[in-house]
Amino acid sequence: MITRRNLLKTSGAAGLTLAAGGLAAPAIAQGARIKVGYVSPQSGPLAAFSEADQFILDAFAGSDAGANFEVIVKDSQSNSNRAADVASELIIDDGVDLMLVASTPETTNPVATTCEAEEVPCISTVAPWQPYFIGQQGNPGDPGSWERFYYSYHFFWGLEDVISVFTSMWNQLSTNKQVGGLFPNDGDGNAWGDPNVGFPPVLADQGFGLTDPGPYQNLTDDYSAQINAFRSNNVEIVTGVPIPPDFTTFWTQAKQQGFTPKAASIGKAILFPQAVEALGDTGHNLSSEVWWSPSHPFTSSVTGQSAADVAAGFTAATGRQWTQPIGFVHALFEMAANVMGRVSDSGDPDAVAEAIAATQLDSLVGRIAFDGAGLPPFAAANVAKTPLVGGQWRLRDGGGYDLVIVDNSDQPDIPTGGVMEEITA
Amino acid sequence: MIWLDTLVQGILLGGLYALFAAGLSLVFGIMRLVNLAHGDLIVMAAYLILLLVTLLGLSPFVAAAIAAPLMYLIGWGLQKHLLNRTLGTDILPPLLVTFGLSIALQNALLEGFSADSQRLPTGEISTASVDLGVMTVGVLPLLTFGSAVAVIVGLNQLFYRTELGRAFRATSDDPTTASLMGIRPSDIFAKATAIAMLVVTLAALYLGMRSNFDPNIGPARLIYAFQAVIIGGLGSLWGTLAGGIIIGLAQTIGAAINPEWQILAGHVAFLIVLLLRPRGLFPRAFD
Repeated sequence: MITRRNLLKTSGAAGLTLAAGGLAAPAIAQGARIKVGYVSPQSGPLAAFSEADQFILDAFAGSDAGANFEVIVKDSQSNSNRAADVASELIIDDGVDLMLVASTPETTNPVATTCEAEEVPCISTVAPWQPYFIGQQGNPGDPGSWERFYYSYHFFWGLEDVISVFTSMWNQLSTNKQVGGLFPNDGDGNAWGDPNVGFPPVLADQGFGLTDPGPYQNLTDDYSAQINAFRSNNVEIVTGVPIPPDFTTFWTQAKQQGFTPKAASIGKAILFPQAVEALGDTGHNLSSEVWWSPSHPFTSSVTGQSAADVAAGFTAATGRQWTQPIGFVHALFEMAANVMGRVSDSGDPDAVAEAIAATQLDSLVGRIAFDGAGLPPFAAANVAKTPLVGGQWRLRDGGGYDLVIVDNSDQPDIPTGGVMEEITA
Repeated sequence: MIWLDTLVQGILLGGLYALFAAGLSLVFGIMRLVNLAHGDLIVMAAYLILLLVTLLGLSPFVAAAIAAPLMYLIGWGLQKHLLNRTLGTDILPPLLVTFGLSIALQNALLEGFSADSQRLPTGEISTASVDLGVMTVGVLPLLTFGSAVAVIVGLNQLFYRTELGRAFRATSDDPTTASLMGIRPSDIFAKATAIAMLVVTLAALYLGMRSNFDPNIGPARLIYAFQAVIIGGLGSLWGTLAGGIIIGLAQTIGAAINPEWQILAGHVAFLIVLLLRPRGLFPRAFD
């Protein structure tokens, strides 16, 4: 293990043999601990995204590569303003060489914007790339004015992947192809329901009919208007991106009123097993996008563990079921180790940013490379896409739910654990 | 038939809002105390019920029956030792203290129960419904509405039929004169808050069975409760029920026209009532 102390001792004894090679050696091997800032929503409504943070930080600190890093962790408190504040603190007071930030555009965007302004390299994840990239533009409505970033880089999937995964899940079932949309009036809901880049154009192309009653406010207590609209249009598939309490209210009310679609593919609300468990037995066969699971065939470049090992380790350490952000937060630190292994001066932001852009890393969430694959030209420089598949929550004997991958048409390397099943009343 | 369904759902939703608001209305009516932590107290009661359900394996209804006396004591202690000290001619201290209490409660719950969204296990009842021919109505919303009416009837009986109720009304009208008659306002206030906490427990039961809750959801639930109290008129419990139903109806009717207008319609209804009847629909006290 290389630590500052060890290195000083050995280099002293070896009579500064390192001095000659010092310039060429990567920052990671130079002894001085590299300062990395990490911002995530550890408290507040988004805290479920960060529940594995401590587990991942401990694992990273215990790894060979992690020993070279000093990670300074800050809590965004699920608040955008707070996220920007702590990012400034990390940059100005702590002088971090690299910023890592995870979970929802509300966290990634203010931090990335701050880093871009301060010219500090920043890597972010766990936010679909559209709200990340477009959300940070001066004029999100005018694609012509969009500019690339020079210090902010992001890896995750995009809206087009969710749409593709959802429609191919629905195509596994025999339905009347009538889709009901539950798009709230928030960043995600507006993007999903957007007539140009959201679900509507793709659904129309693939022969699906869409009933979108219109955007509703979060924390609405009554969904009879939506249920009536879906009913009168014979909707058999429901999709949308509601927040967890709203989906519970909707789903319970739909059941009360005897409305049971054959498929319900929901983003965001049923991401975490706890949220599905809140639905009692009625969560069986709800479907969702899957960004990471223990059955993903990837291994960590830092610890060498497989996805299954990492998930099992989390359960062993905390007694809790695995969740999807585990893989991505882990990959964030893989990125830090990988990038700093390729620069000679961790304090040179331009060199670090260049190294990020040149990344070719096989990580716990798949290959990360900023090569523009699958992306429109404007986002190619700053975004790397990771694979997305579709899964269904299956009720386990004796309570609880398991997420089973049922669709991998876009990513055949990721094995499925079953096929899409209809929801029964 | 969609219109009929919209109306019925709106009225049932109003029952939920009235249940959230009844405790607030009681406290506001008696001591002019605007309890900004009311929503968080409901969430706290929901966690208390959840704790009893998970630890003892009880049904949520039984757990709520056990939680109610505990909440009664908490309410009594809260008023006696904290809120009574803030009451006076200045309206600012109780606002600030309850606001602080709201934040403290949220963070304490976050620390104790994590940010996971929770729900009371309800089993069959959550999705059960009654077929009325032209429409189906959920059993749980019906129970919620029935409970709201029962709470309002019960509180009215207490107010107008018992000695404690007379003391409540006397203290509400004029604490100074009431204390000349041998009533100790601070004790009356403590009892009022304690009773309000019983209603809070019931509200928590239905909140927890209806949908998810997490430590931060309290304030969002508070706003409709406030509006219901204001629309109904100061100190009028039936007014609070009417206020809840007006907001519920406005929301479902607004949503039937366009879901974007759902929440807005509730707020607009509130503003219209305020414009036409600034003192609310059925004000009891004049001050």
